[in-house]
Amino acid sequence: MKRQVVLRVVGKLLIPYMLMFALYVQFHGDFGPGGGFQAGVITAASVIFYALIYGLPAARRVVPEAVVESMIALGALVYLGVGFAGLALGGNFLDYFVLDRDSVAGQHRGIFWVEVGVLITVAGVMLKIFYMFAGRRRED
Amino acid sequence: MMAVTVIAIVLQRNLYSVVVLAGVYSFLMATVLVALDAVDVAMTEASVGAGISTVLLLGALYLCGGEEAKPMARPWLPLAVTLVIVAALVYGTHGLPAFSDPQAPIHTHVVPRYLGQALAETGVPNVVTAVLASYRGYDTLGETIVVFTAGIGVIALLRRARRGKGEEK
Repeated sequence: MKRQVVLRVVGKLLIPYMLMFALYVQFHGDFGPGGGFQAGVITAASVIFYALIYGLPAARRVVPEAVVESMIALGALVYLGVGFAGLALGGNFLDYFVLDRDSVAGQHRGIFWVEVGVLITVAGVMLKIFYMFAGRRRED
Repeated sequence: MMAVTVIAIVLQRNLYSVVVLAGVYSFLMATVLVALDAVDVAMTEASVGAGISTVLLLGALYLCGGEEAKPMARPWLPLAVTLVIVAALVYGTHGLPAFSDPQAPIHTHVVPRYLGQALAETGVPNVVTAVLASYRGYDTLGETIVVFTAGIGVIALLRRARRGKGEEK
């Protein structure tokens, strides 16, 4: 699909907005529908969209495999890190209210970082699966 | 409309149209969830069910061909098992409280505290997010680990397959 001018132009126009929307879903998830999981999927979808239009090698240049693979682990580590931060500051595992002097602000901060962790892992896994599938050749 | 889609999926032999119909089904499901006021779930269903999984399934079909193989035998035993389970589930629904009954156990256990206290305790107006990330933080951690494990599993399986083929050559 590399030669389709319409697709290339529309893709170039839409992908920034898709990423923007993913960030909106991520950070507005506290107030409206959305959260880390949905935002991660939308982020991965925008990169997959890019890969479908411009080809897999181009997408691999923009988001290299090594980055994707480390994202998978990084997200889970961020989540676990929030848990251990609560532990280190004198609460139980995954206690958020110790993360700030004000317990409500601490909760907010904990939820924020947890959602960031979910976003990173989900986006990484979705992209990695897509790369893995799309990178293989037909066997016959 | 969803029933029509499902019947079309079952009857269809071309797997490409099955995948597209499954995407249609996911979108219909998402609208049903919006009607049930579960916007977060609807969003997930639309993005994962209709978006990503359609793309992944199409990618898989590209690798292994688009025609469904003829079934080897008439699957009467699985049909019987399915019918028995359906009957048991339908029988089980008679024991459930009526839909939107305010006295149902689910509405009297922790839900009042979540709905009443979530904003004051977490400062997050969206109760779904508050429950997901704060009250049920362990569960969401588990989910994240599940997604993580899925990614690791795919990497492990597909990498090894590729290397094995390289050695044969």
